[in-house]
Formats: sequence, C-alpha cells, structure tokens
Amino acid sequence: MRSLWAIGLALLLGSAQATLTDVKLDNGMRVIVKEDRRAPVMVSQVWYRAGSMDEFNGTTGVAHVLEHMMFKGTQSVPPGEFSKRIAAAGGRENAFTSRDYTAYFQQMQKDRLELSMQLEADRMAHLVISDELFAKEVQVVMEERRLRTDDQPQSVVYERLMATAYQVHPYRRPVIGWMDDLQNMTAQDARDWYSRWYAPNNAILVVAGDVKADEVIALAKKHFGPLPARALPERKPQTEPAQIGEKRIVVKAPAQVPYLLMAWHAPALKDWEKDAEPYALQILAGVLSGNDSARLQKSLVKTQQIAVNASAGYDAVARGPILFMIDATPSAGKSVAALEKAIRAEISRIQREGISEAELARVKAQVIAADVYQRDSLFYQAMQLGDYAIAGLPPAALAGRVDKLRAVTAAEVQAVAKKWLQDERLSVAELDPQPLNAQVRRAAVPGVRHAN
Amino acid sequence: MPIKYVFMKRVLGALLLCLPLSAQAVLAIQHWQTAHGARVVFVESHELPMLDVAVDFPAGSARDPVGKSGLARLTHGLLDQGAGGVSDTVIAHRLADVGALLSGRFDRDRAGVTLRTLSSAVEKNKALDVLAQVLQRPDFPQAVVKREQQRLIASIREAEADPGEVASKAFYRALYGAHPYAQDEAGDPAAIARLARDDLQAFYRTHYSAPNAVISLMGDITRAEAEAIAVRLSAGLPRGAPLPALPKPAPTTASDTRIAHPSSQSHVLVGAVGMARNDPDFFPLFVGNYVLGGGGFDSQLMREVRDKRGYAYSAYSYFLPMKEAGPFQLGLQTKLEQTGDALKVAQDTLRKFIADGPSEAELNQAKSNLTGGFPLRIDSNRKILDYLAIIGFYKLPLDYLDTWIDRVDAVDVVAVKQAFARRIDPDALVTVVVGAGRAR
Repeated sequence: MRSLWAIGLALLLGSAQATLTDVKLDNGMRVIVKEDRRAPVMVSQVWYRAGSMDEFNGTTGVAHVLEHMMFKGTQSVPPGEFSKRIAAAGGRENAFTSRDYTAYFQQMQKDRLELSMQLEADRMAHLVISDELFAKEVQVVMEERRLRTDDQPQSVVYERLMATAYQVHPYRRPVIGWMDDLQNMTAQDARDWYSRWYAPNNAILVVAGDVKADEVIALAKKHFGPLPARALPERKPQTEPAQIGEKRIVVKAPAQVPYLLMAWHAPALKDWEKDAEPYALQILAGVLSGNDSARLQKSLVKTQQIAVNASAGYDAVARGPILFMIDATPSAGKSVAALEKAIRAEISRIQREGISEAELARVKAQVIAADVYQRDSLFYQAMQLGDYAIAGLPPAALAGRVDKLRAVTAAEVQAVAKKWLQDERLSVAELDPQPLNAQVRRAAVPGVRHAN
Repeated sequence: MPIKYVFMKRVLGALLLCLPLSAQAVLAIQHWQTAHGARVVFVESHELPMLDVAVDFPAGSARDPVGKSGLARLTHGLLDQGAGGVSDTVIAHRLADVGALLSGRFDRDRAGVTLRTLSSAVEKNKALDVLAQVLQRPDFPQAVVKREQQRLIASIREAEADPGEVASKAFYRALYGAHPYAQDEAGDPAAIARLARDDLQAFYRTHYSAPNAVISLMGDITRAEAEAIAVRLSAGLPRGAPLPALPKPAPTTASDTRIAHPSSQSHVLVGAVGMARNDPDFFPLFVGNYVLGGGGFDSQLMREVRDKRGYAYSAYSYFLPMKEAGPFQLGLQTKLEQTGDALKVAQDTLRKFIADGPSEAELNQAKSNLTGGFPLRIDSNRKILDYLAIIGFYKLPLDYLDTWIDRVDAVDVVAVKQAFARRIDPDALVTVVVGAGRAR
C-alpha cells in the first residue's frame, strides 16, 4: 500500500533543467511533480478524469455542479471552511470543469502544501452533499449559465454548433449543462456522480513549484495513500460516426453584430510519436491566424476589409474527437455569406498552392519562443501537465512537442488542409442578430437619472 | 475563440482589478530618468532567457478632447499599424519572425505598449527595433485609420449586446458626470466616425512624449543594457511637455439608472467615487474591502448574496485606484425577477459594513490572506512587470513593496471604519440596473 513504482524522468527544457517526477501510489493515484525554484511558491492541482463527456442525458452539467458542491463541506470540515482555511494560509484556490475533467487547485507559499493535500484528500472521500445546500448552489449555477452562456450571443452560437457538429459523442452537450437539466437536477444526482468518479484511481495530483519531489510524494502517500481504490464504471467509446455532409444552423439572438463559426472534424493527438497530422494542423492554425498579419487577418481584415476579426483554433490534446475551428465577425454592411466565401477562398488557396517557407518558419519561431515564455507561469506549466495526463498522453509528449512541431513541412500543412478542411466534415453556425428591444432602448440609453 | 469551454467556481476578474503591491522576497527595483525625461523602472533577472518591456503614457481615454471621445483609443490602436514607412503587415511579420509578442493596454489613465521577447541578441534587437519604431514613428496611414475606425465602432456595437458592458458604461457616466472619467474607454461611435488623421497625429505628439513616458523593464539584461534600451526607446519620442493633471472628480450624487435589455439577468452596479492611487486611506480601504466584497468566499457580499441565498454567481466590491479618485464598485448579476431582492441584500450588506466595520476576526482573516499570499503577487516576470509599471506611472515610492506587508498589518478595525465613513456615504450612491424589462 505504501510502496510505489516510479519513473524518474529528467527532461531538458530549453536551457534550464527542470526535473519531472511521475509516480503512481498503490491505490492507483498518479502524482506528477515539477520542481521549479524561481519563487518560494507552489501550485497544487487535483485532476479527476471526469468531465461533462462522462455525463448522461438528463443530468448534463452534473460534473460542474459537483465541482461547486466540493466546497460545501465534509464530515469533518464544515461548509465554507475549506476556502476559509486556504485563505487564512494566504492561498488562492479555485476549480474548473471541462469536457474532459474536473480539477481543483491551490496556490500558496511552498511550505503550505500539506494543508492543501490534507483538505483535498478529505474531500476526495468524505464529501457531504446536503439537500439544502444543493438547492442553493444549483441556483448559483443557473445564474452562472445565464451570465456566461444565455446572455452572450457568441457563446450561444458555440453551444448550438457543438450540439450540431457532434451527433453522438457527448461533446455535443455543454459543460455547464442544459438549463432544463439544471432545473431538474437533484442532490442525489450529485451524490451519484461523486460516488461514481471521485476515487484516487481516477485522480492525478500535479504539484509544481519550489518543492522537493520526494517530500511531495511522501505527503501524498500520507494523505491520499490511505484512501481505497474503487472500481470505476466502464467508459463506452461513443465514437462519433463520420460526418457525411455539411451542416448549417442559424442562431437568432439579441445582438448588434453578426458572427460566423465554422468547425471541421479533425484528428486529436493520440500516439504522440507516430501521429503527424495533429502537429501539421497546429501549424496550419498558426499560418491562418498566429499573428496580427497572418492569412486571415491580412486578407479578410486588412486587405478585403470584409471582417473586423477572424481567427483559427485547433487544440489537439483531448480525450474525445475534436474540431478545427474558424470564427469571424463581418464588417458593417458585409454579409455573413460573403465572409464565409472569403474564408473558403483562403482555405482553397492553401489547399491549392500550399504555404510559403517564410510562413512556416514564422510559426515555428513563435512556437519556440512560446515554449520559453510559458515557463514564466508555474500555473500554466502545471495545467499543461494535467491536461496531457488526462488526455492519456505521457509527459514525454509534452517535452517532445516543440521538436515535433519543428519537424513539420510545408507539404504536410498543405496535405492536412486538403484532407481535413472538407465540406462534408464541416458545420457552420451563423448568428442572426435580433433587435435589442429597440423601442424601450431609445428612451433608456442616455441614462435615465433620478435623484433620490 | 472558445475552443475549450471551462466553467469555474467563481469569477476572478473583478478581484484582480485592485493590484496591490508587496514585497518580502526582496525585489531590487532600480529607477532613473533618461536624458529626454522618460522615467525608467527596472528589475534584473536572469532566470529565464527573456525580456519584458512596457512603455506607458498618460494617454488613456480621460485625455480625449471634448467631442472627440475615442480619439485616445484609436490613436493607441494605430501605433503598430504602420510606422516609419513600414506597413502593418511587415511589422507583424517582423515580430512573429523572432517570436516576439507586442501587445497594447489601454484604460482611462494609461495607454501602453508591452513587448515580450527572447533575450538572445538577434531576437531581442529585432524586437526592440520594432518597438522603438511603433512608439516613435507611427504613420497613421489614411486608409488604415479608416479601417480601424470601422473596427473600433464594430467592437463598441458588439458590446451593446452584453448587459455587463452596458451597465459598466452607464455606471461611469452616472458616477462621473462631467468629469473625463465618465467617458467610455472605447469612445463614442459618432465621435469616432468624425475623427481625422490630423486628430490622431496631434494627439500622439502631445501625449506620447518622452517626459510623459514610463519605461518598465524586467528580465534577462544588465543595468548597462537597460540604460541603453531606455535611451533607444525614449530618444526618438516627441519632445512635448508633461501633461497637466486631470481635474478632481466631484463628490458622488445619488442617482438611480434603469436600462432595458433583453437579457435573462439584471446586472446591478452600486458605487461611489472612491480613491486615487496615492490616497492616504489606500490600505484601510483595500484591506477593509477584502472583508466586504474583495475576498471572494471570505467576503460578506459573497456570503450574503451567493452562499446564503443563491442569488448570483458573482457578487463583489472593489476600489479601483486611479490617477484621480477611481470608482468604488459593488456588483452582482441575477435573474430578472429577483433583482429587487438581490439589490436590497447588497445595499443592506454595504450599509451595515459602513456602520459597523469588519469584526476583529474578519479583519485578521483578511490580513493573513493578504500578507500570507504576498509571494504569489511577484512570482513571475509578467506580474513584476505590471507592478513596475504601476510604481512608475503612479509615482509610488520605490520602497512601496518593502513596506507593503507592514502597512497591511497596521490596519485596524477603527481605521477601516473611519476610512469607509469618509469615502462612502450610503445615502449618496449611484445605482445602475441593466436588464429590467422596461426603463423606469
């Protein structure tokens, strides 16, 4: 129970040597430690391999609701006390839920790591979800949904496009959950979720900062070690069937400016050594919008002036099937249709003519520099380690990432553009702006001021 | 672009606005003035092979001339869109070719440009060349001015769909009346449409001058090199004189603004004219506000509005210290039908806090979080650069960081009560509600 098998892994990152330790406790909990002594601080993160993709219809959003409930007390730590103790120790803490995971973190002075481990281990096994506190907190989550999705037209477009681009895979459901599911969620739904997924063998502890790996591991054994492993439910693959034709939706929402979002199914990084396409797709995104005069900006925003903004995005690291996306906002008086046509023309140009060596070199220079810059943020370094681990990628994939990107050729970029940016894999969403209640607005906008 | 939507337990944004400065792990800040009058703030650090630079000017939206709201923002946005005869595209490519990142930052007080580059000689020199060029020789090409005017107007229009943005703009208008802080940072679309290239050039010459510049340097260079860089960045700036101070804001007049919006939530803002960056009450107000609404789940507002009643995802208060008195703002967002109840809870919490102040226990908790969390405030080059820029721009004493913890520790309940009583009159508050079905 207390023994552990270890892979001591020393990775050369740039000029500085950062030591990475990656071990597994007897109960199956993985512990990753990155030593970085620039400042006398540390960040500690507990990642659970349980995100919205593990939910079922009818209880969408429960992963995130449970994240909120994790601050509401255990058998020995009363509600509110977790945050209070971390704050008293000078810490900052928060949690986040995504499609792939739920993660909790504390940032503190380096000598306060044990407090965070003690509290995290406690709530990994002994959470109490009362009906009363659940009822309050689910209201808070509904307000969060109104704030961050319902009243943000571009967020609504994104949510509806996901529900369209994916037909089967759970990525079609929003992380925050559908409002109706939130309204019908019960405390028991949250308890079920917790007992299904919150176990040491479904968790990864990532600690980065001015710490010693052996001391971190000893603390992890002390606090997390005694928690028993539990059988985890079988995860069905729910493979997304190949898209066999273009899909289109229109989203009508109160707004002043239209918006266009295009998404193509594209491969995620699975075998980091053998896969080549994800690296080429990342370079492609950089060629399209990696700087203020990359192709989309230069052509659409600056030369044709058909868009006020345009960008491409692709993130290869995920548990599920992913998308290559382009979004853009048309200039005043330009139609979304014309904008889409212009974007398609840029894509065809790459498919037909490829990219220049100068563009390729430019994106690679940015990749290399970004690799240095990200060492300025301890938190980001820990995030990356957790993100890769959750996606099932080894730390070596992160360390080898820059070399893989540097090896990409212009021909490979052209090839992935041809292969993946095809209409039959494409879903398009258009925001059709509806009036912001024009009549009332005119009276109110100048600010109706009443002296008390 | 929302590639990975992540939802969090709480909103961080509002809590980060009030940047306090602190130092325990000694930060050796060096300070000097160039021959052309630019002020320089520098910390040498060789741990990472990179350099961060910020150059700031008192050229924020509070400097917009009457009838030209948006001029400051547009001028700032044009700096890197063509300079020294080099096009916007070539500028962007030159930076990207060496992996450098050039960004702008802009608020009511400040307009600045930041550069992050590798510290290896070739990359650094190319990046600094571009930085010097955009600061010293912006071309304001006619066609680009037109294009950026349209883009700025489009971004203002887009923000009109966001009830939080609408509320924030109305809040500043109501709070500051005729003072320049009342104007929106991005400007007024009608005024922007009227601006001409000459306006931008004139604004640039007056505001982006060497005596107005603050140069902050953080990273892998020596003092000698820092001096040379400061000369290189300041020598070619316009020679203008230091700008006059902004007027003092008038005391808050009570008002109640209701704005209709088709949103599912009301955005509620309550506030008053707060404090300037050099205010003698800075620490009592800052530490006291942690208890009221700055300390996240440690705060009374979060407890009353969110934890006890489930009314809102975020409920906060902050003082935003500016060159002149910046706002004190309390905010929350809640579904339309419970707007009145949530507003009342927030008002009652504020009123009670002003009357009673924090308890000893609450104040101790605030102080232990702030002092114990101090090392996190300066644990990266980026954070240190931001603090250097604030020290330089607001002319804070160089030992500000060294005394910060002691000054937090020195705050007591009486000081908090007195400071709040001096600043916030609960009967003279500005209230803005956006999202009510109909204007009142």
